[in-house]
Order: sequence, then C-alpha cells, then structure tokens
Amino acid sequence: MIEMFKEWYDAKHEYAKEWKEKTGGKVMGYFCTYVPEEILLAADVLPVRILGSHEPQDVTEPHIFGMFCPFCRDCLAQGLKGRYDYLDGLMIAQSCLHIRQAYTSWEMHIPVPFSYYLPMPNKVQSPRAVPYLKGELERFKKAVEDWTEKEITDEDLDRGIEMMNKNRRLMREAYELRKEADPPMTGLEAMYMAVSSQTIEKNDHSDILEETIKELQGRKLERSTGQRLMILGSENDDTKFVDMVEGCGSTIVADDHCTGSRYFWNDVQPNGDRLLAIAERYVQRPPCPSKDWEVRTRIPHILNIAKDWNVSGAILLQQKFCDPHELDIPSIKKTLESNGIQTLFLELDVTVAVGQFKTRVEAFLEMLEGEDLF
Amino acid sequence: MATETKYPTEPLKCWKEAKRLRMKYYEDYAKAHEEGGIRWCGGAWSFDAVPYGLGDDVYPLTGEPYAASIAFNREFSLQCLEATEAAGYARDLCSYMRNYWGSIILNKYAFGGEFPKADFVWQDHICCSHAKWYQVVSELEGDIPAYSVDVAVGPFEAIDENRIQYIVGQLMDGIDWLEKTTGRTYDDKKLIEAVKTEFRSTNSWAKICELNKNIPAPLDEKTMYSLYVFAVLSRAKKEFADFYDTLYEEMKDRVKRGIAAVGNEQARVMSDTQPPWGFLSVFRYLEKFGCISIGSLYSFGLAGAWEVKEDGTWEPKTTPMERGITINTREDALRELVIWNLAKPEWQHFYSPQLKSEMMIRIAREWHVNGVMLHYNRGCEGLSLGIAENRLALQKAGFPVLVFEGNMGDEREFDEAGTMGKMDAFMEALEVKKLVD
Repeated sequence: MIEMFKEWYDAKHEYAKEWKEKTGGKVMGYFCTYVPEEILLAADVLPVRILGSHEPQDVTEPHIFGMFCPFCRDCLAQGLKGRYDYLDGLMIAQSCLHIRQAYTSWEMHIPVPFSYYLPMPNKVQSPRAVPYLKGELERFKKAVEDWTEKEITDEDLDRGIEMMNKNRRLMREAYELRKEADPPMTGLEAMYMAVSSQTIEKNDHSDILEETIKELQGRKLERSTGQRLMILGSENDDTKFVDMVEGCGSTIVADDHCTGSRYFWNDVQPNGDRLLAIAERYVQRPPCPSKDWEVRTRIPHILNIAKDWNVSGAILLQQKFCDPHELDIPSIKKTLESNGIQTLFLELDVTVAVGQFKTRVEAFLEMLEGEDLF
Repeated sequence: MATETKYPTEPLKCWKEAKRLRMKYYEDYAKAHEEGGIRWCGGAWSFDAVPYGLGDDVYPLTGEPYAASIAFNREFSLQCLEATEAAGYARDLCSYMRNYWGSIILNKYAFGGEFPKADFVWQDHICCSHAKWYQVVSELEGDIPAYSVDVAVGPFEAIDENRIQYIVGQLMDGIDWLEKTTGRTYDDKKLIEAVKTEFRSTNSWAKICELNKNIPAPLDEKTMYSLYVFAVLSRAKKEFADFYDTLYEEMKDRVKRGIAAVGNEQARVMSDTQPPWGFLSVFRYLEKFGCISIGSLYSFGLAGAWEVKEDGTWEPKTTPMERGITINTREDALRELVIWNLAKPEWQHFYSPQLKSEMMIRIAREWHVNGVMLHYNRGCEGLSLGIAENRLALQKAGFPVLVFEGNMGDEREFDEAGTMGKMDAFMEALEVKKLVD
C-alpha cells in the first residue's frame, strides 16, 4: 500500500484529470498550506497544491526577478508549461512574498475562471487574528459559492472538516510510528505520503493511509536505521535529496516543513461556529516563519519534535533566497546545538547538487557517529 | 558642448534647513534619555503617529532611512554588512536590515558615538522581513519589548470593515501595550494631533511631487531623496509637516519662475525602487544628457498620499479634514489613520504587480516621461516584488525600459561603470545626445 503514495506523487496530474473526468467536479490549484481546504472540500472542489518539478527551466525569467526563491519560479514554470491545464481555479493564502509572485504571474498569464487571494493574517499571535480570519473565511465561502453556484451548508462544512481532520489524524498516527527505535518507514516514504496528501482527494488518501498504517505495524525494513535525523526549513519535496541522505546511513524520522508535519499537526476543533473553528485551526497551527513573531514559537516546537523523535542531528534546509527561513535559521541552529542536536545547513535550488551535498552529508554523519563513540 | 543652460537654475532655499532638521532628528534620538525622554525604533511605515500619544519627548529611529544613511557611507556599510554575516545571517537578506543590525552589533551609530538602543520596538508588517527584522533587533538590543502591527489585509480596492477593524484592533491593543511598557498615561489628544499632522505631511509631499509634472521639472529625484525622507523619518512630526509646507511654497515659486532642476532638461525618465544609495552619482550622470529623473512611484508614493480624481488624474489625496470628517476620539483617529495608510501607493503592489503597473504607467504619462529605469534591487524583496511584470507592462504601454541590477544597501552588488554603460545605451535608444562630458 505504501507504494501508492509514490505513484500518486509521480502521477499527480493524471490523478487530478481522472478525478475531474470521473466526478465532473472542479479542481482548485493552490499555493501555500494556509489555504482552508475544508471549505473547498465542502464545495466538492478538489484542492491540489501547486508544486515544482525540480527540472531546470527557462520560462520564468521574464516574470520573476531571479533574486526570488527557486521554488516559486519552479511552480510558475509548471503553469507556463501547461502542466496544470486542468485547473478551474487558482488561489493563495497569504504567506511569503516569493510564492505570491508565482500566484500573481500565473493569474495574469495563465488565466483560470476563478482566482482568489485570501489575506491570511500574519500576526497569528494577536487576539484579533481569529475573528479577522473568520470574517475572511465568510468572504471566501461566499466567493466559492458564487463560483460553484452551490450553497455550502453546515453539513457540507462538517464533511469538509472531518475529511481534513481524519487525514491529519492518520498522518500523525503514521508519524508516531517513526518514533520507534527502528522506524517502519523511511523518510522518503514519509515524504511521498505527506506530499501526496496535498494533491490527492482526501478520502482516497485516507483510505490508503489507513491500510498503510496497519501494514506498518511490525514492519521491519531491510536496512539499518543509522543516525536519526530531522529535516526542517523551507518548502521541500526534493525526494532525490532525501533518498541520498538516507542512502548515506541515516533515517529521517521527523520534520518541520509545510510539505510535512506543519500541514497536519493540528485539527479543526469542531464547535457550533464552523468558520470560527476553521479560523482557530489555521491561526494556531505551527507557523510558517513569516508569521512567527513577535515571540519565536517555532523554536520550542522544533526542539520538542527533535526530542520526541529522538534525533541526533538536524539538516536545516533553505530554499535559496528564502527570506523567512533565513531569518529563523540562526536562532534555530543555536537552540538545537545548545541542546546537543548537531546541525547541517544546506541551501536548496530547483535541482540540488547531489554530489556536493552527499560529501557534506557524509561528513555530518561521520561527525554524529564520532560523537556516539564518546 | 553646451555652455549655457536652456532653463534657469538655482539652489533650493530650504536646503540648509532640510539638512539641519535631518541631523537634529538623529541627534534628538541619541540624546533622548538625557532629558528623560523615550526612544523607540521601527520601520518607516510603522504607525508613527501612535507613540506620540505618550508625550512630546518621544523620539523614533526608523530603520530604512537610517540604514540608507549607513549605505551612503560605503566603508561603514561594509563593516556593518560583514558584522551581520559573521553573526550567521544570509547575505541575500534585505540590505537595510543587514546594515541596521550591523550597526547594533558593532555598537556604532552612523551619526557618531555608540549605538543608541531603543526602549521598545514599534513596527508594522507587510513584507516578509518587517516584523522579523525587529524581532532580531529586539534580541540584539537585549530583549527590548517589541510590538508589530500586521497591515497585510489586501489591496485598498478590496478593503472592507473586517479588514479595517483587524488593524484598528491591533492598534488599540498596541496603545494598551505602550502604556504598560512605558508606564506612561496615553493622551488621545496628542494622538489626534499627530494623526492630523500625518495627513498634512503626506498630502503635502504629494503636492510637492505633483509640481514635477511641469516642464522643466523644479526638482530632480536625487534631491528629492533628501527631502522625501522626512515623511519616512516621522511623518506625524509637526516640524516636518511645517517644513513641507515651506518647501511646497518654494516649489510653486520655482514653477512660476520657470526654475529648472536640470538646466538643460531635454529628456525625462522615472525610476523605480530604492536607488543604490552608495552610487547616487548615476543620477548626476544622467544630467550630462540633459536627462532628469522626475521621480518614481517609490519617491512619490512611499509616504505621499495619492488618489485618482474624478477627471482621471492622479493627484494628492484629500485629507479627512478637507472632507469635513471630525476626529474626536481614539477610535476615530485610528480608523482614519488605518484607512489613510491602506491607500498608500507603495502598499498596493504587495498584492498584484498589475496595481503597481497601472500607477507607474499613470506617472509615466502624467509626468511626461520618455523612458523608465527599473532598478532590479536585490536588497529589497518588498519593492522588487513583481518588478519583472512591471517591465512587461510598461513596455506594452509604449515606454522604453532600462533595467539595471543592483542593491540599495550593499555596494558589493552594484556595478557602477556597467550601469553607466547601460545608461549610455539607453540614452542612445531614446535619441538623447550627451551635452557635457
């Protein structure tokens, strides 16, 4: 069953096209995991996160100045190359400026029938953020209703919330298994599982996930666990990189990425006011660094993950030019290292320099192993 | 080669006063504690009217103009940038921020002496770096208290009550925070006065810029940089608003008498984003071609308040006082302040490059420019946002565009000779001949 996630990861476009053909429903391409998918699912819309393809490209230069992150340019390239030609809608929830440019250029040059900018609050630490976001969700819900020409009822919202919550619960359950001394899944498998959940219809994904979790109980991998690592930082779905790291004698057991645990860490806590409950969930989720102020809440969260999953080292990954993560990494590095967790900093591009990175990862692992001796 | 100029020129009468006021601002901040006053730091876009409710002895240090002052001094700037990099921060982050942090780390104030640490941070947040910049400042200055206001609620054209109230609410909370942090009682009358002063100063700056529609233009952009700064140092400061009134009168007089900023004006360009502060000589180089940079969305709209009038022209925004709105309470003042700021031209492009392109094309047409110079500014992700799309839109609208890459605050990323070479080619493309070697 677990192989299914890789298949989905590799064939996300084919899946979405087939889903559309089968259901006659609308597909919404979205940037950033602050998008409240609950409302889209309530409207029977398939949310599909727009991701890059990790191939060199030359189509975004006229649209995005080269000082912006390679991920946002890679995403836009997918649109310009027509790979998301099945989208009916496009949206973004406000996070960093970089990915916003992919959205605005896409909106201008690859028009779709519906596009929406959701100004998700940045000051999630303010008591004003939840009521404000609730108001924004009301506005968004109305826009989706107008687009789909269908009212979203409370029952629809309950269904959307439950679909998301169930998938989140299962994902956390799978991640819990990675706490074992010899985790029953690799970091690469976990990445396929988490990233595919952002592009596949949630019920389909949850069905396979439930079966996978059963399969993982008692599963023994025919490999040595080696050093237990955590990865954290900018958007990261670079499977080649993860494969290379694990091939050097380690297992990635935890993460703090928007393509990983941040996506499913907390649930919507249902209450009478559904939109308020959704707003609370997105305001209270582990934040993107662009929203982590004035207090640095990410640092204790990351440290807790590192301790709970018993990691010996952390690889700090940052998309080149990713300002929000660049602003957090020095503090994260300092905290982890002062708590006995060694770090390796690497800068990601659209394609990674696997050879050079491998040398650095091997040296890092040797250092960790050296520490084990003493 | 020309020896006589086409138009009369003369120095600005209020130039010395501008210099004096700017230096006094930085000295007042440094000396604030000597008389028991308060020092706060924050960005040039922070709601600076609000801390004035704490008293008349409250002095701000706004980060962007301070960092630009550092950048102007290339030697000191390099020391600051390297100190920040040594502290572990990436070289491609906002160069204002890196210069500012370096000044704290080195404990050197650009205007002499040790770096004067603030009593608290009062910031806002619209680009990814704003509140994060001052999160680090707070840490570097010994965990001083920090409060930042999120203003990123979408473009002004899509504003609604929920969006306004989100910001007003944060400012209301912020005033409670200011009282607790400083132990002072907040005075709403001082707030109302400061808010009205902000409306006046930002409206006046726009009126000054509007006069550059005239041919010849009375003010060149390099000089403008030394004058617009007051609206980003403290636009709610009465002294600065009064200065703008004086400057406006002088500008009107220059227009009336046909006084030109560039005596041989024969071509007009506009720029975009912050200039490379260590290399303002590139603007003087343009003058050798009789070419004037009449301004930009940046220098007009970073702090200036504008709106589209009924006849379709882009003109200074009518103040709430001129519209007969009465401001009697804290809530009134904050609400009007928020609405006024949300309309700020330089806040619109954060949501779509199209909004910026429309304003740029409007400026290009109404200020009669021949071409546009876009500074692809590696030092500022906020104002470089969407700049490539702006280039396409300007070209589509029929304006020749020169692109030069650089950095407002990191001299290592600016090629002065290469940029001047590009300007030569651009002038040739505009069919403008060099008048002076």
